[in-house]
Amino acid sequence: MSNRMTLREQLREKISAAFYRHGLLCASYPVPIILFTSASILTCCYPLLRLPLPGTGPVEFTTGVRDYSVPSHEPQGDLERPDWYHGPPVAYIQQVLVKAAVSPWDSSLVPVDVFRSPLGKVFSLLEEIRNHVHSDGSGVRSLETLCLQVTDLFPGLRRMQSVLPEHGCLLVSPGNYWQNQRDLFDSDSDLLRTIQKHEPKGLHTSATLRDLLFGVPGKYTGVSHYNRKRVVTYTITVVLSRYDAGFLSSLRSRLKQLHPSANCSLRDDHMVHIHFKEEIGIAELIPLVTTYIILFAYIYFSTRKIDMVRSKWGLALAAVVTVLSSLLMSVGLCTLFGLTPTLNGGEIFPYLVVVIGLENVLVLTKSVVSTPVDLEVKLRIAQGLSNESWSIMKNMATELCIILIGYFTLVPAIQLADLNRRLPAEAGLPPSKPGPLRTREAPPPPRPTPHTITLQTPAFRNLRLPKRLRVVYFLARTRLAQRIIMAGTVIWIGILVYTDPAGIRTYLAAQVSEQSPLGDPVGGGLTPHLAVAPVFRGGDPTSTLSIHPAPDPTPLPENQSQGHIAPAVPFPHLPSVPQITWGAEDEEGWRRLSFRHWPSLFSYYNITLAKKYISLLPVIPVTIHLSPQEAIDTRHPQDTRHPPPSIPKASADLQTDLTLYKVAALGLAAGVLLVLLLFCLYRVLCPRNYGRNGVAHGRRRRGDLPCDDYGYSPPVSEISPLLLRGHSMDIECLASDGMLLASCCLAGQIRVWDAQTGDCLTVIPKQGLRRCSSSGCWEQRDVWDTSAESECGCDPRDPSNGCDGMSEDDCYPLRRRSAPTRPPLFTDQPDLTPLIDTNFTSQPPSNVSTPPRGGFDFGGLVERAYKEHEPPSPSAYPSPSSASSSPPLATQLQRSPSLGDTSGLYNQERTSGAGTQSAADWESSVWAMELRGNLIAAGRSSGKLELWDAVEGSLRCSNEDGVSGITALAFLNNRIVAARLNGSLDFFTVDVHKPLGLLQYRGAPGRGSMPPSPCYSSEDMISCQLTRSVQCAHQKPITVLRAAAGRVVTGSQDHTVRVYRLEDSCCLFTLQGHSGGITAIYIDQTMVLASGGQDGAICLWDVLTGSRVSHVYGHRGDVTSLVCTTSCVISSGLDDLICIWDRSTGIKLYSIQQEVGCGASLGVISESLLVTGGQGCVSFWDLNFGDLLQTVYLSQSGDGQGVRQLLVLDNAAIVCDFGSELSLVYVPSVLEKLD
Amino acid sequence: MRALKCGTASGGKKCWTTNLLIRGGMLFFVGVFLALVLNLLQVQRNVTLFPPDVISSVFSSGWWVPPSCGFASAMIGVLYPCIDRRLGEPHKFKREWSSVMRCVAVFVGINHASAKVNFANNFQLSLTLAALSIGLWWTFDRSRSGFGLGVSFALLATVATQILVYNGVFQYTNPDFIYIRSWLPCIFFAGVITMGNIGRQLALYEYKFLQEKTHLE
Repeated sequence: MSNRMTLREQLREKISAAFYRHGLLCASYPVPIILFTSASILTCCYPLLRLPLPGTGPVEFTTGVRDYSVPSHEPQGDLERPDWYHGPPVAYIQQVLVKAAVSPWDSSLVPVDVFRSPLGKVFSLLEEIRNHVHSDGSGVRSLETLCLQVTDLFPGLRRMQSVLPEHGCLLVSPGNYWQNQRDLFDSDSDLLRTIQKHEPKGLHTSATLRDLLFGVPGKYTGVSHYNRKRVVTYTITVVLSRYDAGFLSSLRSRLKQLHPSANCSLRDDHMVHIHFKEEIGIAELIPLVTTYIILFAYIYFSTRKIDMVRSKWGLALAAVVTVLSSLLMSVGLCTLFGLTPTLNGGEIFPYLVVVIGLENVLVLTKSVVSTPVDLEVKLRIAQGLSNESWSIMKNMATELCIILIGYFTLVPAIQLADLNRRLPAEAGLPPSKPGPLRTREAPPPPRPTPHTITLQTPAFRNLRLPKRLRVVYFLARTRLAQRIIMAGTVIWIGILVYTDPAGIRTYLAAQVSEQSPLGDPVGGGLTPHLAVAPVFRGGDPTSTLSIHPAPDPTPLPENQSQGHIAPAVPFPHLPSVPQITWGAEDEEGWRRLSFRHWPSLFSYYNITLAKKYISLLPVIPVTIHLSPQEAIDTRHPQDTRHPPPSIPKASADLQTDLTLYKVAALGLAAGVLLVLLLFCLYRVLCPRNYGRNGVAHGRRRRGDLPCDDYGYSPPVSEISPLLLRGHSMDIECLASDGMLLASCCLAGQIRVWDAQTGDCLTVIPKQGLRRCSSSGCWEQRDVWDTSAESECGCDPRDPSNGCDGMSEDDCYPLRRRSAPTRPPLFTDQPDLTPLIDTNFTSQPPSNVSTPPRGGFDFGGLVERAYKEHEPPSPSAYPSPSSASSSPPLATQLQRSPSLGDTSGLYNQERTSGAGTQSAADWESSVWAMELRGNLIAAGRSSGKLELWDAVEGSLRCSNEDGVSGITALAFLNNRIVAARLNGSLDFFTVDVHKPLGLLQYRGAPGRGSMPPSPCYSSEDMISCQLTRSVQCAHQKPITVLRAAAGRVVTGSQDHTVRVYRLEDSCCLFTLQGHSGGITAIYIDQTMVLASGGQDGAICLWDVLTGSRVSHVYGHRGDVTSLVCTTSCVISSGLDDLICIWDRSTGIKLYSIQQEVGCGASLGVISESLLVTGGQGCVSFWDLNFGDLLQTVYLSQSGDGQGVRQLLVLDNAAIVCDFGSELSLVYVPSVLEKLD
Repeated sequence: MRALKCGTASGGKKCWTTNLLIRGGMLFFVGVFLALVLNLLQVQRNVTLFPPDVISSVFSSGWWVPPSCGFASAMIGVLYPCIDRRLGEPHKFKREWSSVMRCVAVFVGINHASAKVNFANNFQLSLTLAALSIGLWWTFDRSRSGFGLGVSFALLATVATQILVYNGVFQYTNPDFIYIRSWLPCIFFAGVITMGNIGRQLALYEYKFLQEKTHLE
């Protein structure tokens, strides 16, 4: 991995890691997290209880006061009037808004004085109102005659009996707390406790008694110890049953006369009629619910196309629930912030589900689905989440910025609308619903996978997707709708800021049914005194931000408020004088009350307002200024005991700044909450079926084609493996040049197969085994092979009718799958017993003295086999079969030896061989084998290098220059490189002496294809000469040897890799960097060199410069196999994990868990097709996505022997060994698909 | 595609009629359901007094309205595939349930909008509704037969409603009758398209089913 990572990448990685961990956590503990999420959602939605349900919000209608007349009962056709506005209202409500303050404020006063004497004034006011009598020509009217007479309280409200009026006028005021008796008030030692006594515990959900009695929301009353404005506000609410303009105007003038409000500019010419709909509009909810149901079905049918999702219903439900809950949460949080929207806009919710919910769910589903299938579910979820983490975070950051900008524009309407828009968009984003994800064969042990996963999204498989779904995925990928909304919001805010905001604001205010407090600077904020005395610039609009009641820095002296408007203000900066201001918000102060305020007040008397309306008359402002002496006089003796509160000694400047900070803090809090919300929300969709999925995964079962589960039909033609049988023991070496296939088993027998048909061409047996085979083990095999053989019709006893040549083709179809390829048995062979060296103890010393790494030491096994099968009658000399063929038939395949050929064989060998040796070495085992053209190069444990003719099975030459066992061989062009156990490296040159100068090609006419490598005809004189021997090429045994592109690369247990030039055997580089022995090397024609070591590290090298390109740790334990493609590196390790790395960045893309013991077998068929071996099967994987494409079972019987080696041939066939059998698998269908 | 006709074999015919009945029944119920829900929406807009009871508000408009709507929708839903088959141009555009569901959602959405959004005048409302209806057809149908059927049914239904209104059987709460006349055909058109979509999708199932059946035979 590159060390020079940019900050962005680091950030990205960290985010990815965090999401990965989180996904893992969520997936691991689904139930607690779901519970937690539900709890948090409910908590966030809790404030919503105070909101009207959609369709149930009150509707208002404003008329003028002067020409008001009670509307008639008949609905009129007048379009301006709402339908409900007919007939008299339930009641007229006259509020007397009292603002009282003790002024000037004296430092000798205690906090209780702020509200005690102002509250005490309520009793005299009440008296005044009750006793007010208006008399004109039509008679004398008092309050008693006009007011709404109430009877009993609603049963069940007995505890309120003491505070709410009964049997009389419905007149509510704070005085009700003390039964409207001044004596009780004066003797009350703790007013606040009395007020608080009636408050319900916990969060109040609807209009509380305090709100009812005070008539203004609790925080505006100023009845507290910490009221820095020192103004107490309350209302006296008079409920009238009849409207009498004369009485009301006389009351108004009387009160105004008694308590003039000089700076009050409240309009009094409008009355507002409020129509209350039904409390619970279930009927109104029906269409909404229907829409949700339809959308739910829509999402279901949409997601049905997404494969691998087990529960589409679950997914659809998740999408709907997620979006719904996030929307509700956002509105709930808005309410918490003091913005009180109604849910009247709730009708658009279901349509938002389509736009946002589906999109986000698709994004995550896609992401999770595109993770490797064989991982455990929770790992997949984690990976899917982390894949999407970057874009999620990016989007969220952008949107947070927009929100913050919106906040700093200080337009609450924008804030609200912003929140309303952003929150759902954001909150809808993170949910993932991994539960319905289908896991198919999950690998047994979950290994911690590194979390740096970057699946290449653009390369998203187009093959499998229908067109429509591709469009959906495109939408999902680009998040089109979200971006459009985002851009739209930005533009909208811009327009709002740069155009005249007043109109839009009022429009919004109407929409939100909440008066924007910032409407003040235009209207009420321009208070008269401000215009007169511009000194008080400090009375800036922020002070009227009623959400943050900041103390007004510009005190208004009492005398000025009383009408002595003098430009010269005596003490303008004296903060101790409370100022009573009348703003526009006071004009309709009832708007700040809960929308259930009036219904609950009436419901106490069992009067329902549902489908009825009330008329609110313009408030009567009353300003009361009390002198300090009055306040002291009304004190209760205990009042002074309260310690004065520590008033923050913040200056005016600081306080204005504080407002800004508050707004900033609000924005920050909103941001934090958003993030919280994000994390909460995508926990909603944690795996519900997780427990079911995670455990019960067995191994891949036979015949279970997992592709079906994807909905992706596997290649139609069933891949039928060809079984190549014949070896009696486990196969150790495999070599191929594309046309031929050579295999060598533990017993030392080499067989050559046709790589296309699977026919056994040659057997190069070993003498000891031959002997045993004639009587022992092969006979045993006959027992269970009898049927097949009889079917085949190839009489093994018939030497002339072996399974060779054209005759073999006749029996081929029958034998192809069921019968093993039986070698002909050489029964009639000359007794060559004397030639056999049965002294097995005289093994080459190298074999015993220097035991190689496991896997090379076959000697012991061979010995054991010998002893087990040691026959009483050593029979035959293994005439290396077709070597004895007569010269005219030399090009034909003939394996059947004939009597008397033995001498001919030897003669031929002597003439054609190098002449240095006469016989093949049968005692030592073959440790390495290579096949080029028709020459098999076999390196033996004795250090002998043999060259066999693959077609004829004859030994062409042999070299015994070295004594140390050959551990690895490379055969390139005409050079053979042999690596030996002692660490030396030998370069041989194969020379061909063509006696006749003929160029002959091998092969029978039937298999007419040309071999890719030069052909050595049997006439050629082949010599193999040691050209150079590099002694001590490595300090320790050479374990790997690879040759390509004119380079020979060796890896040794001494932790180094060496690169040699093939032509002159010159050592170019010694590559150091591994901390363990080298176990795997890959080099190909494009000079890509990769090496893997026992330390589990994989290094990529630049062969031209010898520098290390990248270095990653990928495995626990040895790296057993390495393959590179142009884009990635595939490695397998002893941990049975196959990892796929990005070649350029060294980032792990994903990993595949292999079955135990099969980790090393892997091959790449094409750029995107990986094949791995399993227990008796091979699996094909899509390299780009890690998807399992198909699993092919190699044998019918299903004895799951692990595939240990796997060789990919040029013609898209793969050869693998399992046990003693070879399997040849063609993948034509895969090729078709790739083309 | 058209190799399979309804009455190839006697057994097939019987099966076909049963299927037709099932289809008709399903369409009928869908129609009734939609009529109830949408009626509720319209009631919300036009009725001055909200009935106190939910159930009664659901059935506020005469008992015969939902069944007739259901009957009409069943007829339309059966007629659409039949006409497709007659015309020899099988409908291949977006034959998926998700698309059908989307169509239904958009239809409800159109109704919702017409009930909830306050337009400046009726002309605007009818224009918007017409555009939405045409958009619905273009998004989900795009067949000439669909359009023709939709228009004819819309006209028919409008005329029928008007006759009913004139005869006093059925009465709109809002007396502005130009208003009624202008937006009603759009809603009818959208409804016809929607029901036709559903009917076609159901017929597709039947087609597949019959195909399998003949394969078995």
